[in-house]
Amino acid sequence: MQATDATATPRPVTIRLGATRPRWGERAIAAALCLCALVSVATTVGIVVALAEPSLEFFRSIPIGSFLTGTKWSPLFSPPDFGVLPLISATLVTTACALVVCIPFGLGSAIYLSEYATVSTRKVVKPFLEVLAGIPTVVYGFFALTFVTPLLREVWPGFLGDPPQVFNALSAGLVMGVMILPTVASLSEDALSAVPRSLREGAYALGATKLHVSTRVAVPAALSGIVASFILGISRAVGETMIVLIAAGGTPNLSLNPVEAMQTMTAFIAAAGLGDQPTGSIGYKTIFAVGSTLFIATLAMNIVSIRLVRRFREVYE
Amino acid sequence: MSVASGLPSSPALGDQPDRDRVKGALFRALLLLSLAVGVVTLIALLAQVVLKGGSRLNEALIFHFPSSDPDVAGAQSAIAGTIWVVGLTALICIPIGVGAAIYLEEYADPERWWNRLIELNIQNLAAVPSIVYGILGLGFLVRGFGGLGQVVLAASLTLTLLVLPIVIISAREALRAVPNSIREAALALGATRWQMISRQLLPAAVPGIATGCILALSRAIGEAAPLVLLGGLTFITFNPSGLNSAFTVLPIQIFNWISRPQEEFRVLAAAAIIVLLALLLAMNASAIYLRNRFERKW
Repeated sequence: MQATDATATPRPVTIRLGATRPRWGERAIAAALCLCALVSVATTVGIVVALAEPSLEFFRSIPIGSFLTGTKWSPLFSPPDFGVLPLISATLVTTACALVVCIPFGLGSAIYLSEYATVSTRKVVKPFLEVLAGIPTVVYGFFALTFVTPLLREVWPGFLGDPPQVFNALSAGLVMGVMILPTVASLSEDALSAVPRSLREGAYALGATKLHVSTRVAVPAALSGIVASFILGISRAVGETMIVLIAAGGTPNLSLNPVEAMQTMTAFIAAAGLGDQPTGSIGYKTIFAVGSTLFIATLAMNIVSIRLVRRFREVYE
Repeated sequence: MSVASGLPSSPALGDQPDRDRVKGALFRALLLLSLAVGVVTLIALLAQVVLKGGSRLNEALIFHFPSSDPDVAGAQSAIAGTIWVVGLTALICIPIGVGAAIYLEEYADPERWWNRLIELNIQNLAAVPSIVYGILGLGFLVRGFGGLGQVVLAASLTLTLLVLPIVIISAREALRAVPNSIREAALALGATRWQMISRQLLPAAVPGIATGCILALSRAIGEAAPLVLLGGLTFITFNPSGLNSAFTVLPIQIFNWISRPQEEFRVLAAAAIIVLLALLLAMNASAIYLRNRFERKW
């Protein structure tokens, strides 16, 4: 077509840039790569479908109101009780213990690394935090059960009441806090490093001390990123399984006292999985009902956290 | 005061009032204390594991099968199971993860809503609790229409989905670190897009991608929660023989030993933890070596 046009009119030939023929191989490769990316979408859809169907069946036999407000959880006894509050309270207690460790010390580590540390200090300290982040959770569980719990029982001061039980939420939560500490520290440090130098230099020029620059300039400017790291930390604590399964015990217990043994949502799911419930039984479906509760709670926190991180990126870049 | 006397006593520059200096020093001490919490806990953890398990770190641990007698029990089937499960996970998740990363970095238009959705989705998946992946594996792969049963393949597929976001995120960073001039030069010389990617971009990004993959797999090695749900805790006294074989892995075996009441099994667990940590250390060291040896600064 082009050739005949060119000969018909004696104009200079225009060369068409680009491929002269469709490249099917290239298109096939692009499609295959796109398919790889869609695996992640399929995973999310898979999670939602896998959770939804047995959960809906579960809530057809157990009203959702009594599930969420019931104070007794004994799904495998007869007659069974399906009140999820003891599992939720246990999750809250262990998470709170974890936050007591990971928020102050994680943020403190981040401020030190970003505002105070010299290059050589960073080189020494960063690998420690990276190793800490890479330790398997089952190892943390072992540490909580065989080191932290005996230590707490040994040094427990009398005025705090009874010493911790052999299985207790406190040591599981504290160790979980150390496990999450590197996450909080590295995300908060990223947020702090994203604060432009000019803000700090402006403050120094006005006579601020390093303490003031850190606490009144850098931290407030990076606040949304720091809060995002806290929320992600909470989400990790709520979803952590092995540490609480090993160290916090296996008895559902509606209590806010961290020295008692209690079973979290994740620990229940794992314990029920260990028990090898027959497919379709009510015990099998409880795994999915509790799993849905867990998934929805962590999903909400993750989305808030991702939003907050985006916001602080947009402000300074 | 100084104003009243009419002669402002100008302090030397750089001098802080004592009160500020004390506060500053205190704050610094608090920050150092925060760092110490992480470092000291790590040292205590390693010391506890080595002191407790060091004496049991012997041939029996590596070459014997699990047993109800703690003196002769070993982790042979768990070590073999870990190699099977994680090896298969690597074979499945690296091609898919790198492919997804190439798509998102080189082909996808970030303005399109579906590409933004994929990105948001990956970020969120990276933060989904691992036990939820176990539920997915249980519902679909083990019992549901997958119907695989409690086998190596089901475990590998579950772990693949779990670590895929990590592989994708790190591979994307590695691709992004290759400067645009490389891409433009290849395209200007007449390379097709795939020729540019396969012959220029990927070779340049391989060290970064490999580092990310190793870190993702070291996460897979230590993961226990989803596999507990898949039924990896059954008493296994043989090495896996194929994809359809029952299995156990090191973290699960460790969990099994921790949850027994006898002290001897706790010692055994500590010894197995040393093996697991040594494995992880070797992987991390090779990742760091790759990063330092082959990474190019453009």
